[in-house]
Amino acid sequence: MSTDAVHSGTARGPAGPGGPEDIPGTAPGRRRPGLLRRLRRNRLAFTGAVIAALFVLAALAAPLISPYDPARADFGSALAPPGWSHWLGTDDLGRDQLSRVIHGARASMQVGVLAVALAFLAGVPLGLIAGYYERFADPLVSRITDTLLAFPFLVLAVGLAAVLGPSLLNATVAIGVSLVPQVIRVTRAETLRLKHLDYVGAAVASGGGDGVVLVRHILPNAASALLVQATVGVPTAIIGEALLSFLGLGVQPPDPSLGVMLSSAQPYIAAAPWTAVFPGLAIVVATLAFNLFGDGLRDVLDPRGATR
Amino acid sequence: MNDTAGSTAVLRVRDLSVSFRGEEGGDGDVHAVDGLSFDVAPGEVLAVVGESGCGKSVTSLAVMGLLPPTARVGGSVALRGRELAGADEKELRSVRGREMSMVFQEPMTSLNPVLTVGRQIGEVLRRHQGLGRREARQRSAELLETVGIPDPGRRVDEYPHQLSGGMRQRVMLAVAVACDPAVLIADEPTTALDVTVQAGVLDVLGALRERLGTAIVLITHDLGVVAHTADRVLVMYAGRAVEHAPVEDLFATPRHPYTRGLLDAVPRPGGRAAALAEGRRPRLREIPGLVPGLETQPDRCTFAPRCAHADGLCTSRRPLLQAPAGPVGERPDAPHTAACWHPLDVTGAPAEATEEAAP
Amino acid sequence: MTSQPTAGGTPPALEVRGLVRHFPGPGRSTVRAVDGVSLTVGRGEVVGLVGESGSGKSTVGQCVVRLDEPTGGTVRIGGVDVTRLSRRRLRPLRKDFHLVYQDPSASLDPRMSVARIVAEPLVLHRLARGDALRSRVAELLEQVGLRPELAERRPHELSGGQRQRVSIARALAVDPLLLVADEPTSALDVSVQASVLNLLADLQRDRGFGCLFITHDLAAVEFLADRIAVMYLGEIVEQAPAAELFTAPKHPYTQALLSAVPVPDPAVQRARGGSPAEGRGRIVLHGDLPSPVFPRTSTGQAVGYCRFHTRCPLAVERCRTEAPEHRTLPGGRQVACHLVEDDGTAPDAARPRPRTLEPQAPAQSADSTTDVDRKP
Repeated sequence: MSTDAVHSGTARGPAGPGGPEDIPGTAPGRRRPGLLRRLRRNRLAFTGAVIAALFVLAALAAPLISPYDPARADFGSALAPPGWSHWLGTDDLGRDQLSRVIHGARASMQVGVLAVALAFLAGVPLGLIAGYYERFADPLVSRITDTLLAFPFLVLAVGLAAVLGPSLLNATVAIGVSLVPQVIRVTRAETLRLKHLDYVGAAVASGGGDGVVLVRHILPNAASALLVQATVGVPTAIIGEALLSFLGLGVQPPDPSLGVMLSSAQPYIAAAPWTAVFPGLAIVVATLAFNLFGDGLRDVLDPRGATR
Repeated sequence: MNDTAGSTAVLRVRDLSVSFRGEEGGDGDVHAVDGLSFDVAPGEVLAVVGESGCGKSVTSLAVMGLLPPTARVGGSVALRGRELAGADEKELRSVRGREMSMVFQEPMTSLNPVLTVGRQIGEVLRRHQGLGRREARQRSAELLETVGIPDPGRRVDEYPHQLSGGMRQRVMLAVAVACDPAVLIADEPTTALDVTVQAGVLDVLGALRERLGTAIVLITHDLGVVAHTADRVLVMYAGRAVEHAPVEDLFATPRHPYTRGLLDAVPRPGGRAAALAEGRRPRLREIPGLVPGLETQPDRCTFAPRCAHADGLCTSRRPLLQAPAGPVGERPDAPHTAACWHPLDVTGAPAEATEEAAP
Repeated sequence: MTSQPTAGGTPPALEVRGLVRHFPGPGRSTVRAVDGVSLTVGRGEVVGLVGESGSGKSTVGQCVVRLDEPTGGTVRIGGVDVTRLSRRRLRPLRKDFHLVYQDPSASLDPRMSVARIVAEPLVLHRLARGDALRSRVAELLEQVGLRPELAERRPHELSGGQRQRVSIARALAVDPLLLVADEPTSALDVSVQASVLNLLADLQRDRGFGCLFITHDLAAVEFLADRIAVMYLGEIVEQAPAAELFTAPKHPYTQALLSAVPVPDPAVQRARGGSPAEGRGRIVLHGDLPSPVFPRTSTGQAVGYCRFHTRCPLAVERCRTEAPEHRTLPGGRQVACHLVEDDGTAPDAARPRPRTLEPQAPAQSADSTTDVDRKP
């Protein structure tokens, strides 16, 4: 608890003086510590950010850092346990698990980022419109959002992917579309909150049209909430990809994917548990890392969180 | 009520200081209150005045022992001779609400929305005075009448949301005085209220001190409220006391340039008409510059950078509260003191610093 | 209705006629936030709109700048009826009026620099660009007393007073005919209030815009306003030149309001606490401002009583059965009260006659005990 909390008890009524500049320690002209520094103070979030960054780096540099070709079978060393030559062991075809996890992470990140981008491209404009034109657009957009939200995310993604047919692109589209309702919801809520703020009123009074208000004032101020949403959207998409690939609706074997690996490890789970444990662990760690990072971002970016 | 000598003071604060740990990587500790001393006698209203961030609210919380554990509190707070600074939570709890109570600015957030006002007043009575349910309700209704709530028999069973803002603040006052406390601390009690409602609540405060002999510490930024209600005034600036005087003396002859500046900054009734009649542009006096940060406790006058009369002495040594030379005010028992090297005289001109004035 | 003369037939900066703003209230009720307000702000005139919270004064301001949609009545700015214009048609006309909000930390976009905030109206109305824009912004900042190096700062890096100056610079960037200032000093500290009031007074005198100054702060309004309109529960109860209103308030509500303001002078306060014989004493009103929620059935109809009768120490039977007319008294003042004579003779709310309305008595006695107790 900082002094802000103590001072929130001082005059703030209609006649009360106030304003953050009057709080000791935050004299005007002084910037708050940088985003990164504030994030570092939150240890869990920082750990999440570091792991997520490693995950992204590994995905980007997959061909450079994987010790073997992930598709090359070596029947001589099939189902080898973790050891010096194969750190994470090998699968039923003798393929190096580490290389496959790294390349699987690459596929997961691809799907994750693309699906989130797709969801934002569709969801942000819809959310802005629904929130800003409360009377005309909102009933329609919100009805559709609510209908889509009635299905759990994974059920929706599986259903869509099944309709579109099995392929990586279709899986990405299915996951992206399944993420749209959440993006709409967050954007709409932010727009509803922001459009009643005085500075938006001032922009209208300055002669700003709807476009100016939405693009110049509402969108940038909603950006931090959307950034958080994007960060927690990625792990959702990763799980979606794993599930779809597991079910054979996403990445097609022999291409490596964490879901494909889990699926093909099924028969050997008792005899060679490492074939299932490592891809599973990769999914859990990546999901957790992104979620921790997202939560941390939320705390850091939320101005109310700053008074913790 | 007029005697402020230490012997009769019910609340005595000596050298109170409060600091908060600065944020990591920030500019160090924040010294919210720095060496504050005052007394309050039974039936007396002491107003603590200052602008936001001057430390007046932190002072009230420190006296009540309500600061978070991260605050470092130094000095002494004695209630009827009993030391409260450093007392444990259990002891403080037995004092709060019974011997010393507090009213906050926002009556809506201070009342529990799901309990009737009778229950909330009664709770205090039952805890501290061991009254039964029926007695507590009866006494609650009487208290509501004391604070000027019409039809108390009916109001006692109503919920906070059924009452208007002014009524709620009166209920808060009823809760605060339920156990007949020796000291009542009112932190901006009327700031959230409209003027026509404020007048009534201030009258209740006045009536309470007359009738129950309660010592009242009134924290406010509103000089009008001070003039209306207070007996003595303590002016704070950047965590320090800059002037301490009986209310008439303070308004008639402020000795500290900051007090003078504050008084001149408020538009006076008829001021514009007078200025226009004399062919002047009506102007309010401004205090140039900004309130300083509280990271340091400099050994100088903290108002010096904004003061027109500041000289080398002001920027090199910290002035302490002392009675300036010159005629004594209307009340020799309550001296007029200012923390200034060049206190203004009755004409408003700064005085030369004398050797004996320097410690 | 008003007698505000307009020089040479040019239309006034603002003319509001019968402005109504109703909201649907809880259940079958209507919130009559603004209920038939008429007022005029001449060019270069400062009109103070004074009222307590819930009086509807801010809603009037929002309707005037068309950030809220009036339910009825007309708003003319510089003679142009803007009441029913679509948002698109209104946009080019917005350079004739602007507003300053109460809370300067909420009215500036936190992600924009000071320079961009001040430039925005100029850019949107295509009044300047490039170097011309930059020099115009610099000029505006200088006029409101901000140092040039603040131009690149963001709002949170400024003090409250500096932020309010930015807000004023933005409002005046397009050289408007009318400035609506909604409690521009209420969120500021006393010493900062003084500098913002001085600034507004100076700018107004130098640039000659009309100003609707909305506030609950009577001291501030007296300092700034030429004329004052007092609002109570959605209606204007009295309008008069500032000096006249303060020296001789006619409406009992105005009298009570003026008497309730604590004056920062103990001597004056002591005098007020004295008996009515020693001059005008303080008038303590009973209860709080009633809420402006009315049964829905009465929408569209006038309210059949004086809205102040529940708190008025002078109320008579007529006040409860008949709404007072808005009358113009000799000399051009306006008042809506049955008890003010046509020649302008007003009752004194500090000296109520023996009351005939007994049902109000208990409430009064409860409050007045506390009043009596104060006296030594």
